[in-house]
Amino acid sequence: MGALLLIGTYIFPLWSITVAAPQYPEGLGVYIRINTVDGHSKNDLKNLNIVNHYIGMQEIVPESIPELKYMPGIVGFFIVSGLLVAWKGGKKTLYVWLALFSILAVVGLIDFYLWNYDFGHNLDTEHAAIQIEGMTYQPPLFGTKTMLNFVTTSLPSGGGILAFISIFMGYLAAFLSWRDKQTV
Amino acid sequence: MNKTMTRVVGVILVIATFLLISECAKQDKPLLGSGDAASAVYVAPGDYDEFYAFTSGGFSGQMGVYGLPSGRLFREIPVFSLDPENGYGFTEETKGMLQTTFGQIPWDDAHHPELSQTDGVTDGRWIFINANNTPRVARIDLKTFETVEIIEIPNSGGNHGSPFITQNTEYVVASTRFSVPIPQRDVSIDTYKENFDGTLTFIKVDPDDGAMNIAFQIIVPGYDYDLAHAGKGPSHGWAFFTCYNTEQANTLLEVNASKNDKDFIAAVNWKLAEKYLAEGKGKTRPGEHYSNRMSHSTHMSTSTLNKTVVTLDPADCPGLIYYMPTPKSPHGVDIDPSGEYIVGGGKLAAVVSVHSFSKMLKAIEDEKFIGEAGGIPVLDYDATIAGEVTNVGLGPLHTEFDGKGYAYTSAFITSEVVKWKLGTWEVVDRIPTYYSLGHLMIPGGDSRKPWGKYLVGLNKMTKDRYLSTGPELAHAAQLIDISGEKMKLLLDFPTVGEPHYAQGIPADLIHPHTTKIYELEHNEHPYRAITEKEARVERDGNEVHVYMTTIRTHFKPDNIEGIKLGDVVYFHVTNLEQDWDIPHGFAMQGARNSELLIMPGATNTLRWEPQKVGVFPFYCTDFCSALHQEMQGYVRVSPKGSKLPISFN
Repeated sequence: MGALLLIGTYIFPLWSITVAAPQYPEGLGVYIRINTVDGHSKNDLKNLNIVNHYIGMQEIVPESIPELKYMPGIVGFFIVSGLLVAWKGGKKTLYVWLALFSILAVVGLIDFYLWNYDFGHNLDTEHAAIQIEGMTYQPPLFGTKTMLNFVTTSLPSGGGILAFISIFMGYLAAFLSWRDKQTV
Repeated sequence: MNKTMTRVVGVILVIATFLLISECAKQDKPLLGSGDAASAVYVAPGDYDEFYAFTSGGFSGQMGVYGLPSGRLFREIPVFSLDPENGYGFTEETKGMLQTTFGQIPWDDAHHPELSQTDGVTDGRWIFINANNTPRVARIDLKTFETVEIIEIPNSGGNHGSPFITQNTEYVVASTRFSVPIPQRDVSIDTYKENFDGTLTFIKVDPDDGAMNIAFQIIVPGYDYDLAHAGKGPSHGWAFFTCYNTEQANTLLEVNASKNDKDFIAAVNWKLAEKYLAEGKGKTRPGEHYSNRMSHSTHMSTSTLNKTVVTLDPADCPGLIYYMPTPKSPHGVDIDPSGEYIVGGGKLAAVVSVHSFSKMLKAIEDEKFIGEAGGIPVLDYDATIAGEVTNVGLGPLHTEFDGKGYAYTSAFITSEVVKWKLGTWEVVDRIPTYYSLGHLMIPGGDSRKPWGKYLVGLNKMTKDRYLSTGPELAHAAQLIDISGEKMKLLLDFPTVGEPHYAQGIPADLIHPHTTKIYELEHNEHPYRAITEKEARVERDGNEVHVYMTTIRTHFKPDNIEGIKLGDVVYFHVTNLEQDWDIPHGFAMQGARNSELLIMPGATNTLRWEPQKVGVFPFYCTDFCSALHQEMQGYVRVSPKGSKLPISFN
């Protein structure tokens, strides 16, 4: 069941980053999807890249992010293997699946953080028009942060929330099977 | 002071107070100042107005866009006049919009905006406006607020009775104010009666894309045709036109055209006209006219010269047109929301004459004619008249309706709005205007569905109303609350140009549907450069085409060399932005036309003939970003005959 939820990550974005500023009352935003990065609205990614170039941030080009190429396959593996575990797997295979999936989630979040760190810190100081001593522009992993005129909010989106529920259900299954064993 | 004295003083004070209060009440101003009115028109910062008001610019040739009730000006849409502010009429793309059979005309006199309608209700798709001087009708797209089409009206002089529409925008009508020789020819002006004719033109509007084409012209006797309105509801299928100068004077009209007690309202059965056309009664006659259309995909106008028009002669088409006598030199002809009453403003009379559509049909059926004028049957006044509104002020011109059974007539000479009741014809209220009111407007007030909350008076003179600006003063609009029994003046605001007539519409019908950007991938301009890789400079003989891009915050290319004196340089500038409210400007030193103001995703072209040898800068004029002041470039101009090749970065 939890594994089936993961199918949703192909449809819904994993994470959402929204920025608002006086000139952008309606906000600009990007979705991080399992295989790409795109805007909340059609031209948001383009407009965010334009705004970012003033402070020397790298352009976000979805095609150049290798993780986005591997992710669909990896998540696919967990869906199929998760279903197999649910169908005929024993407790041990469940624990292994859960452990691997949890590692993926943690590694994924760390990777996301590192990308954010890189975008926020690896600034093009040669071409950036606006350079403020000591200022970096790393978006938060989770929550809201104010950077210059932009208020940036980063939250898991539909797919990310489904992935969390999926992990939670895995743990719940593991806990229930462990408790059954205790009571027998 | 004894008790008696105290009482006497007390009584005097009471009487004095009473008199004071009643004196104040007479002045028709709220006792507690204007706090009431101020809050009624206050639209808080960031909030939206309830209505759009589109005012004609009159002799500015443009159209103003205001919010009601605030009276705030949002935009002036260039229509018939050049606008160097955004390059309208100067750019290679828009030059053609002002093309006429007289050549490119830089100005006109625009009088009547008219919103498109569906089933008699304003639908917010397009707004039409007429050009008086060189007869034309323009169509403005209300998604982009841009003039997208201008059609010339042949065989016409002074296109005043225009562009009034039928209830499903089937037709836009246009009547000629000045009768002229048709076709134009070299004749003595004294032969007016023999050689001059009028035309009533019906322009077909394509229901999908709004494209206008002249369907037919009815040739009518040589009077001055003034204003018009189409029937609606039961009178749908008919259109009504006022005329004056039935005396057919050709000089000193103020005396010679004011002799007859009654002139006419012409009632035209356009559905019958369609039938006659289908039967082949139309004649193809000379009628050269330009049709200029703007494409939203190529961002370019196309001008097409049409050589002929189809005309209908009332003599060949019995039942096509009737004259209803109406006192005196009638100006406005306004149809009430039910479509039954045809209201004629007797400009030189002190009376408004209301004809009944059903009585008119009956009179036609019963052949209640008193004669003919130029071969057109004249109906008996008593057989068509439903009522006369007396005590309506002097110089009644125009009437609009609130949808609640009342009509509001502007009286120019007595400078007031007069409210009267349909059916009983009694005047129930009146309010002064400042000064000399022409048209008045209620949102939807000339349609089947008025939004009878506000009335806007459109004044010709302001004199002492505002801080003086010397001899030349602003015209004004006045916002009047008509939601109650008594009219209340709320706001008085100056306008751009002459607010000759206006249209109003609830903001919800337009605001949510407007275009924010043009999509680059749909840009089909032949000289577009939709990525920076496509930016380049090409020489073709002495023509140089610069395919330039612009995005925050640079031009590409921004250094151009190899231009020579005698070259004609075309800067085709594509704005690569895809974000709302990020236009870029382009200004070239010494350009003798205008700047460019390029909307996101569009391509505009400035023609530049270098006048001097040297290096000349260009820059962005629209404050686009923090680095706007860095948005610049240079063009090097070498002497004629220089061998320097074209180069750019």
